[in-house]
Amino acid sequence: MPYSPLIVNPMKAELTSIGFQELLTSDDVDAFMTDMQGTALLVINSVCGCAAGQARPGVHLALQNETRPDHLVTVFAGQETEATKRARSYFEDIPPSSPCIALFKDGELVYFVPRHRIESRTAEDVAADLQSAFDRYFATSPAS
Amino acid sequence: MGTFHQDKGELHGITVVVDTVGDEVYIGRCDEMTEQQIILHDVDVHRDGEEGRSKEDYVVRAAQFGIWKQFERLAIPAASIASVRRLGDL
Repeated sequence: MPYSPLIVNPMKAELTSIGFQELLTSDDVDAFMTDMQGTALLVINSVCGCAAGQARPGVHLALQNETRPDHLVTVFAGQETEATKRARSYFEDIPPSSPCIALFKDGELVYFVPRHRIESRTAEDVAADLQSAFDRYFATSPAS
Repeated sequence: MGTFHQDKGELHGITVVVDTVGDEVYIGRCDEMTEQQIILHDVDVHRDGEEGRSKEDYVVRAAQFGIWKQFERLAIPAASIASVRRLGDL
């Protein structure tokens, strides 16, 4: 059963307010993944405060980096369930967890942060991890 | 902003590695840890040597990407537990 919008909407807004595009359906996910060019950051958002409470501000901080993804997209686990399932199908060898963060370059998964590498850390730690990955995998991409 | 949980201890909601004094090692999301047991959700279990991997080999691999859950919920008796570690710390 989906969560109440009263709970979920502020958590979505933490990402959409900084430029993330919501992928609400399987078709949205496929359209984005099929046409993807350049670099992208996908956040599978969730309500869990143990991890998502660090993931969202961590992503926000990470995007202060000079090198950053061309595209920012998100799905919400437990809310847009079909879209989330479809998004996970693009990295089906990786066990599902939420929240999690995936980095793509020209449609290929290049870096992944599972839930357990978020829940034990601060937002600053999550940001440092992502910024290091941006520099490593995205540095040659044109800035958006 | 996040959801709030009942006061079930510092490991509540955290993915942990529960090594036992026997052949099994468990990885799951800690619900509650008491003097009697630890309760995990979304749990995978590995037995030493299974699929040619030691318990530590399995844990190292799980630390990269996570685990495929076999059980929704498991209670592991405290008497069988050798150690409890955060997977994210490994």
